[in-house]
Amino acid sequence: MGRKLLLDKAHIEGIRYFDVYRKNGGYAAAEKALKSMSPDQVTEEVKKSGLRGRGGAGFPTGLKWSFLAKPEGVPRYLVCNADESEPGTFKDRYLMEFLPHLLIEGLLISSYALGANTTYIYIRGEYAWIPDILEEAIAEAHKNGFLGKNILGSGFDLDIYVQRGAGAYICGEETALIESLEGKRGNPRIKPPFPAVKGLYQCPTVVNNVETLATIVPIINIGGDEYVKYGTGKSTGTKLISACGNLNKPGVYEIEMNISVEEFIYSDEYCGGIPNGKRLKACIPGGSSVPIVPANLLLTTAKGEKRMMTYESLNDGGFATGTMMGSGGFIVLDEDQCVVRHTLSLARFYHHESCGQCSPCREGTGWMEKVLKNIEHGKGKMSDIDLLWDIQRKIEGNTICPLGDAAAWPVAAAIRHFRDEFEWHVLNPDEAQRRNFGLAHYADPLPVAAAV
Amino acid sequence: MAVQFSEEKLNKVKEIIARYPDGKQKSALIPVLHLAQESFGGWLSADTMDYVAGLLQIEPIEVYEVATFYSMFNLQPVGKYLFEVCQTGPCMLRGSDDIIHYIKEKLGIKNGETTADGLFTLKTVECLGACGYAPMMQLGKFYKEHLTKEKIDQIIAECRAQANN
Repeated sequence: MGRKLLLDKAHIEGIRYFDVYRKNGGYAAAEKALKSMSPDQVTEEVKKSGLRGRGGAGFPTGLKWSFLAKPEGVPRYLVCNADESEPGTFKDRYLMEFLPHLLIEGLLISSYALGANTTYIYIRGEYAWIPDILEEAIAEAHKNGFLGKNILGSGFDLDIYVQRGAGAYICGEETALIESLEGKRGNPRIKPPFPAVKGLYQCPTVVNNVETLATIVPIINIGGDEYVKYGTGKSTGTKLISACGNLNKPGVYEIEMNISVEEFIYSDEYCGGIPNGKRLKACIPGGSSVPIVPANLLLTTAKGEKRMMTYESLNDGGFATGTMMGSGGFIVLDEDQCVVRHTLSLARFYHHESCGQCSPCREGTGWMEKVLKNIEHGKGKMSDIDLLWDIQRKIEGNTICPLGDAAAWPVAAAIRHFRDEFEWHVLNPDEAQRRNFGLAHYADPLPVAAAV
Repeated sequence: MAVQFSEEKLNKVKEIIARYPDGKQKSALIPVLHLAQESFGGWLSADTMDYVAGLLQIEPIEVYEVATFYSMFNLQPVGKYLFEVCQTGPCMLRGSDDIIHYIKEKLGIKNGETTADGLFTLKTVECLGACGYAPMMQLGKFYKEHLTKEKIDQIIAECRAQANN
């Protein structure tokens, strides 16, 4: 059994409520931090833990905190990124829904470390029932003296508010999130200045993911040095993985980052293998934007070692033979799945979600979707495959925010590893068409791909 | 009828505005638009958006540009029950195409259309963050997960029964 730090109490009935959470050791870390540690000591402990941001980018959290500007007389803000919109990723929802006080305790400790007296939880709008859960927990924390004025006699004040978004993947990008929180379209800002200097209302701001902030609680409880012992190398601690696709037991799992990918997919403790005894074809292990890899490269690294569920091992070999931990959104495809069709689905997603601010992304994502739609429906040409490669190259790295890269990488990786499937669709147009006759939402006349 | 929040809703608007620093009431825009959409028939008319602009003391164009950006704001009338079915990769792997096709057949509408009785609208949407419980859809405030054709039949029947009561 893997050791757990975040979900160890998730099975306790009523853990969502303050009294039960408190009885089971809740808010002990907050007491420890506010009563016996200075804000800088908290930040040092987080640095020591090696915690990397759990939203996808994996940037060291303690380092990010240390960048926060601290001019006199200017408020600082902590914003909790609960926008969670990356396909394959649904772990933060689990934390907020079942362990809201864990998040609030994490927010309290983090706000104390950063000197932020107001904190916003920006949650994706579709999670419409979760703000009620969070607000109830916030009210309980207020009532019991863990929010509000002079918390635990420390002289520290904190208010937490929940803000719902309204359906825009791009608002998971920190500067777009800030724009949205200011009541605007979620168009990402050019960096620098970074939010740590000019963020919400042009004030110093830290934006951290839900899982990252919840993880502050066990780090303070057990200490940064002990936290490092969960995991291996630069992948310290535990990580929530949301597993989906063709799996016997999809769901949210907390893993110590020292197990193999094979164990994660096939052991009964985790995903329980592939339904109906099918073979594993491919996997996207870190949310839709990270490269898809075929089964052989997923299970074995470029060095011929077992691929592990760690940042380093998943990335081994770079994009040529590896992939990324990303957000931990683990999407599994069995042998019956069509990679072209799946890639088309993701291309449609990124086209839909492009904010339209940068031309390469605005035009390129739609173009990729059209070309993929033609190939998938047996109306493509062999040159379309190279065209797709060319388009994604022209998007990657040429946009203000990483959505352009996120749109380009799935297409690039699919062509890199599954070019034969793309060619099959071109060479077998009737069969490709026949396989898709049931997809009513694609039954409209196919547009002709541009510039072919 | 002029667009006007109830006293209770106006108090809620004040409470929302108070979450932000003085002069930053525009931050309340998205929450207030959610409130307006819920209060005025499930969509945002130009009159509604103008009303919200007045409440927040911002220009109407600032409301329009936000309302047109976010996919959860409906700019046309929708049915009493809005079926927002996820069609992105993980849901597709678990059969969302078939579910969408079945809903279309069952209700006799295409994507984006509303049934003649005004009860149901079908809208396909991109990832709702329920990938492990796919296929799924959003209905009002809640998610309906692990969808099957039988579950769709049941949901439609429940909606019809509720509408008739």
